[in-house]
Amino acid sequence: MKKLINDARAVVDEALGGLAAAHADILSVSFDPRYVARRGAPIVGKVALVSGGGSGHEPLHAGFVGLGMLAAAVPGAIFTSPTPDLVLAATRAVDGGAGVLYLVKNYTGDVLNFETAADLAVGAGIRVESVLINDDVAVEDSSFTAGRRGIAGAVLVEKIAGAAAERGDFLESVASIARRVNASMRSMGVGLRAGVLPYSGESTFTLAEDEIEFGVGMHGEPGRARIPLEPADAIVDRLVAAIADDLPFAPGDRVLLLVNGLGGTPQSELYIVFRRAAQALAERGLVLTRSLVGSFATSLEMQGASLTLLRLDDELVELWDAPVHTAALRWGC
Amino acid sequence: MSLDATWVVEWMRHSARVLAENRAELGTLDREIGDGDHGENMDRGFIAVLSELDAIPDDATPGEVLRRAAMTLISTIGGAAGPLYGTALLKASDAVGSETQLDGASIVALLRAARDGIVLRGKAEVGEKTMVDSWTPAVDAASSAEGAGESPAGILRAAAEAGSAGAEATEPLIARKGRASYLGERAIGHRDPGAQSTALILHAAADAARNA
Repeated sequence: MKKLINDARAVVDEALGGLAAAHADILSVSFDPRYVARRGAPIVGKVALVSGGGSGHEPLHAGFVGLGMLAAAVPGAIFTSPTPDLVLAATRAVDGGAGVLYLVKNYTGDVLNFETAADLAVGAGIRVESVLINDDVAVEDSSFTAGRRGIAGAVLVEKIAGAAAERGDFLESVASIARRVNASMRSMGVGLRAGVLPYSGESTFTLAEDEIEFGVGMHGEPGRARIPLEPADAIVDRLVAAIADDLPFAPGDRVLLLVNGLGGTPQSELYIVFRRAAQALAERGLVLTRSLVGSFATSLEMQGASLTLLRLDDELVELWDAPVHTAALRWGC
Repeated sequence: MSLDATWVVEWMRHSARVLAENRAELGTLDREIGDGDHGENMDRGFIAVLSELDAIPDDATPGEVLRRAAMTLISTIGGAAGPLYGTALLKASDAVGSETQLDGASIVALLRAARDGIVLRGKAEVGEKTMVDSWTPAVDAASSAEGAGESPAGILRAAAEAGSAGAEATEPLIARKGRASYLGERAIGHRDPGAQSTALILHAAADAARNA
């Protein structure tokens, strides 16, 4: 294992130290209890969005703390959910009296820890709503499993619900917009090479040189199948088909396309993916209306990418375009 | 015959010891169908409970001891098990309120509240290959033992034995909750690590009562 680290046990804290030093105008970091809060929080009278989960997915979620997005992020250990006491501490730090919305990716650990935190927060007199993010079509969404996982679509929920909170919507309304975004989007990823855990030096999974994990999870969980490596266009066609047929998206739908790198994929490859994805959407009669390309929800240095497709309406476009100022996304201000 | 706060303290101490002894085994079970950290996490959580016990005043009620243990587990176990066991002990604490002496009926109420807390949090039912498969037969056995006039120690022994049988009975099941649920039929033949840690904790409760 080769990594630019000092001490495997200090990876999360030292990365947050750097985030704080680089973006002191946007956020501040509390190390004990560990959470990242928007500068100036709490903002009185505005709904505060709080998200979190295991570390190793940067810039998710701490990179999205700031104006127009999250009020706080709670980073756990690598690939390990933060505990409820930490979520509660972040909640107390950013509650401006208008309530707090938890945005939770659908992993059993994240769900249980955030639900327990919500119980504790409500017990402390704070209004809390939770929205579950489950955009990954790779695993079956049925009552026979823990359900679809939450992956890169989290970025879109955080951006759009964050804009709704920033314009002053009530808690119920921000939650309802977050649920609408989640219900209108689907994602799926492909892994070419696993990320490496800093504390053990172990890869999260192993693939042969000519093999890819189609539908890989954000921690390297298995997806639908292991298949031979194909040219990018063929892989993209498989992803687009799986995603677009699932919602399903219909001809004439206006869509936002996010091509997300998993941490170890060059931007050039992400644009090769985007190129074919845009063609494939056009062939299906979908109207590409907004786009985002980059590494936003990663899995350490995993090689690969995910696609997320969101069906837009006028309000979602307006909220997407609204000003945002975070470490990882900034426009309109 | 009844049990008091000393029993709860001893229950937690026995739990810490048995979880430390079984750390590797729980880790192995979890590696087979989960992410492998259950033994480590439970051990870490109960080591933290041990130091919390040292800070508990002598006149604490059983409910207070349970509440402090719950908050410690919530903040130290992590993963899915932290909120589940933490909620279980929080609800158990609520169930016994400010009672200082727990009779058989109170012991059954405590176990039932713990189980209900886990069901509420995890939304799992019997047969889904989770810790509920150990807790629910344990509560049923405790209830029957209480109805038959057993002592608190006897009630806890019945619960522990039923809990162990329940954990063993998860082996042929397909998981419907948690990470193992994605494995489908591949989870068959593996015992659920959460059901196993529950059985260990229930045995710790019975052992603590025997010595009380």
